[in-house]
Amino acid sequence: MSEKNLTIIASKGTLDWAYPPFILSSTAAALGYNVTMFFTFYGLQLLKKDLSLSVSPLGNPGMPMPMSMDKWFPVLGTTIPGMQTMMTGMMKNTIKSKGVASVAELRDLCLEADVKMIGCQMTIDLFDIKHEDLIDEIDLGGAATWLDQASDSDINLFI
Amino acid sequence: MSDFNQELDARGLNCPLPILRAKKTLNAMSAGEVLKIIATDPGSVKDFEAFATQTGNELMGSSEDNGEFHFLLKKGG
Repeated sequence: MSEKNLTIIASKGTLDWAYPPFILSSTAAALGYNVTMFFTFYGLQLLKKDLSLSVSPLGNPGMPMPMSMDKWFPVLGTTIPGMQTMMTGMMKNTIKSKGVASVAELRDLCLEADVKMIGCQMTIDLFDIKHEDLIDEIDLGGAATWLDQASDSDINLFI
Repeated sequence: MSDFNQELDARGLNCPLPILRAKKTLNAMSAGEVLKIIATDPGSVKDFEAFATQTGNELMGSSEDNGEFHFLLKKGG
């Protein structure tokens, strides 16, 4: 079988949006793809050694709320202090109870499968992100680095 | 179902873990050997078909029994 290539640009840094890039990358690696992940803007959060990702119900009408909370707490309710922490805790419990892997676990599986991870140098400068806060397995690069990979790739996704 | 060399219990695991565990187990097996996988994720039915097509491992059998899905994968050469 000829080798296939996948690149993914991961641009979001919330608990829910951490899943698509890591699920697709780990699965593609298991299917024999060479995978390159490029992390830009808020996606850099996914490269932190200490993954403290949250999910916000604010401005997200598609998010299922437990106990019909969306009825009792219309839009304004989602701005109550502590709501984000509570929803994040609930989401993490649901993830665990449904046999879904944690983000850290999926990231480890990607690294184990030799998925290449590239952090966006510009974002690191822009947000003053400390190198020592990021995992060691990454390379740094810019738009040209991704384009170089993407031009020879079978699948390129922006998430 | 026919004979197998190794068995993988992927019950209770959700996408993409059954596929990832299967791949890891296959890595340690020899070509021609058969891996039996038991899963409860209904999505794994289509996923193991796709896995076989993409990787050149043969899906010899796929069946459902009481909410559990059984797969037989023969490792390709």
